[in-house]
Amino acid sequence: MSHKDTSLYAARVPIFPRRVNGKFRRLKWAIMAVTLAIYYITPWLRWDRGPNLPDQAVLIDLANRRFYFFWIEIWPHEFYFVAGLLVMAGLGLFLFTAALGRVWCGYACPQTVWTDLFLVVERWIQGDRNARMKLHNAPWTGRKLRLKGTTWAAWLLISVATGGAWVFYFADAPTLARDLFTLQAPPVAWFTIAILTATTFTFGGFMREQVCIYMCPWPRIQGAMMDDGTLTVAYRDWRGEPRGKGLKRREMAEELRVTGPQLGGRAPLIPMPGVPDTTTTPRLSVPDRLAQPGDCIDCNACVNVCPMGIDIRDGQQLACITCALCIDACDQVMEKVGRPRGLIDYVALSDAPREAAGGAPVSAWRHILRPRNIVYFALWSLVGVALVFALFVRPEIEMTVAPVRNPTFVTLSDASVRNAYDVRVLNKNGEERSFLLSPSLDTTVALSVEGAPGQIVTVPADTQERVRVYLTAPPDAPAANRDRTDLRLWVQDLSSGERAHVDTNFNGKDTP
Amino acid sequence: MSNKRIDPVTGTETTGHQWDGIEELNNPLPRWWLWTFYATILFGVIYVILFPAWPMVTSATGGLLGWSTRGDVAAEIQAVDDAQAPMRNRLVETDLAALGDHPEVQDFARDAGAAVFRTNCSQCHGAGAAGGIGYPNLLDDAWLWGGDIDTIATTIRHGIRNEDDPDARWSQMPAFGEILSEEEIATLTAHVMSLPDGTDPLAGPGGELFDMNCTSCHGMDGKGDQSLGAPNLTDAIWLYGGSEDQIAHSISRGPFGVMPAWGKFLSEAELKAVAAYVHGLGGGTEEDPATN
Repeated sequence: MSHKDTSLYAARVPIFPRRVNGKFRRLKWAIMAVTLAIYYITPWLRWDRGPNLPDQAVLIDLANRRFYFFWIEIWPHEFYFVAGLLVMAGLGLFLFTAALGRVWCGYACPQTVWTDLFLVVERWIQGDRNARMKLHNAPWTGRKLRLKGTTWAAWLLISVATGGAWVFYFADAPTLARDLFTLQAPPVAWFTIAILTATTFTFGGFMREQVCIYMCPWPRIQGAMMDDGTLTVAYRDWRGEPRGKGLKRREMAEELRVTGPQLGGRAPLIPMPGVPDTTTTPRLSVPDRLAQPGDCIDCNACVNVCPMGIDIRDGQQLACITCALCIDACDQVMEKVGRPRGLIDYVALSDAPREAAGGAPVSAWRHILRPRNIVYFALWSLVGVALVFALFVRPEIEMTVAPVRNPTFVTLSDASVRNAYDVRVLNKNGEERSFLLSPSLDTTVALSVEGAPGQIVTVPADTQERVRVYLTAPPDAPAANRDRTDLRLWVQDLSSGERAHVDTNFNGKDTP
Repeated sequence: MSNKRIDPVTGTETTGHQWDGIEELNNPLPRWWLWTFYATILFGVIYVILFPAWPMVTSATGGLLGWSTRGDVAAEIQAVDDAQAPMRNRLVETDLAALGDHPEVQDFARDAGAAVFRTNCSQCHGAGAAGGIGYPNLLDDAWLWGGDIDTIATTIRHGIRNEDDPDARWSQMPAFGEILSEEEIATLTAHVMSLPDGTDPLAGPGGELFDMNCTSCHGMDGKGDQSLGAPNLTDAIWLYGGSEDQIAHSISRGPFGVMPAWGKFLSEAELKAVAAYVHGLGGGTEEDPATN
């Protein structure tokens, strides 16, 4: 049967990226160190909040529904802060993608960082690219088994540590660590660690670039947010082509000298609206340097270092995560052969026709400081400033008032009218506080709290107290004889003197 | 079997079946599909053995594991019951009058009592406990039999005017329609209606009738008697309605409100819980040695 010939499944071709040095590699080392350090160390930071509150600096306390971040404590009803952060994350994605393409993928994505970490381990144990390729193709001997086994064991340890660090964000880290070692931890902790260990191990050790190419939605979304002014890792094909090496290169130079300048072997760029398709347009005014072979000596250094296993000289492509390692690799080679750096570089698509025609390169800052990016940055900052502002002006006292509607009022034996309210008072402090309640009605209307003397609600530290509050209007009070009287219920923290209020109403007998 | 042959066009084996020259290609089910199919059959057999499966006349086969959804629910209820047991025991051991000294027991009692109330009491007293004509409002400060928490618990435990509990609260207002004339009832009604306005209960012709017929239960001052469940007639609350017709009806027919003895239906903890809930609805009074 014919469809057997074309299988829809392509087996993965293993990738063995070579080690490379350079400024982008150093930047990536730094980012890896910082992000991993943040991830592993954060749960262990302590922050003193007083005797009744947890002393973990960053803690997502799901059981008590609190989020602690250093001096900030978020209650569930303040979830809009999380929404705001998500909006900032979205706008940040717009900003960074419009300015620098897939910079998130290349530097900060956990998949990239952990794959990088796993590659370091793999390189330490098995050697660099050639040694690893040899080992991969070798039959299963004791040595191969030992090297592979050691690698996998190291990966597994990292994975366990990764899954283990995650659960510490949700419980007191020292306590949970002790519980884990004494096998007393709750099942959900084990379950979470097991899942994250499994995903880290498989994603970082075996699936690697396939996660980015086949599983991740980011590349699809990001492609829509880039334009021809976006800086992205690209090959200056107008400088590099025609490529060639060694003997072939000398022949090519000879041939070019004989036949005059012409263009060939040019890799296609992805067609973009508004950008002339330079691949088919013959370039007539060719500078003299094109009369010589291109700068690319076809050494494949860019391909060998690529963790995605692609050839950047094929142009922008979905699989490129713009990790910039090929820039480092190519720059090293260019230096050795005495050509200027930047054959592979951060270039915008719009640079291609200009530079190909001999124009001067446009500075990266001009690409970054485009109106589009500035607008994104302004929006992003606006949300950030609004969030910080909201954080500083959020009230220390909070109260909700729910009038009891069944029944709307109660007539007492002396014919006075009583309304009941379910009041919740939040105490965000680390110690017990007392709050004074008072209504904005004439003084004949009395306020009382069920089960407590006077108008005081005492709330234990870091909790909310639900109390039933009564307002009683004597028979001749206006509020008692009106269907509805609007009122404002004030609450005052007796320790700090801070006040807050909630508007509600009083229902009376509707006597005409 | 001997008909095995390869179709020249597709290169596929045929089944050997032929209709009017049209041959059937042999495209068997994929192996994985077939094995999955067999596995489901095996699963089905094991399931039938282990779990409830075949419907019988009145029930179904039980299965070896003895599992049932009903059993799951029972287990869940049991788990909640067990989890609440310590608090329930503390509530049973706590003196109701001293409940305020144990805030967490009181909170538990009121929350549990609210659930008991919704299930057992709301049919008459309303979901909001505001009662209705003939069913006392439990939110206000007027109590027929007393509003301190122990008295409320006693009322709930034994009920009112029921035949099931010898300790049920009992009293009966005569149907004065059989005793007094219509004019007398009209006079008495007008008099009783004016009592909340401060009229002397014993003044005038109505006062005379009141003195002779009503004071033995409702008192010389008309303020009632909680030991007899006789309501205070001088306040603003009318259990059977405060209009002239309603008061006249009450006088001539004699109300006879009945409440079941909940001690027979509720556990001790439930009973104390619902007493705490009712006491905390806004009308509960403190223990008064004079009325007990």
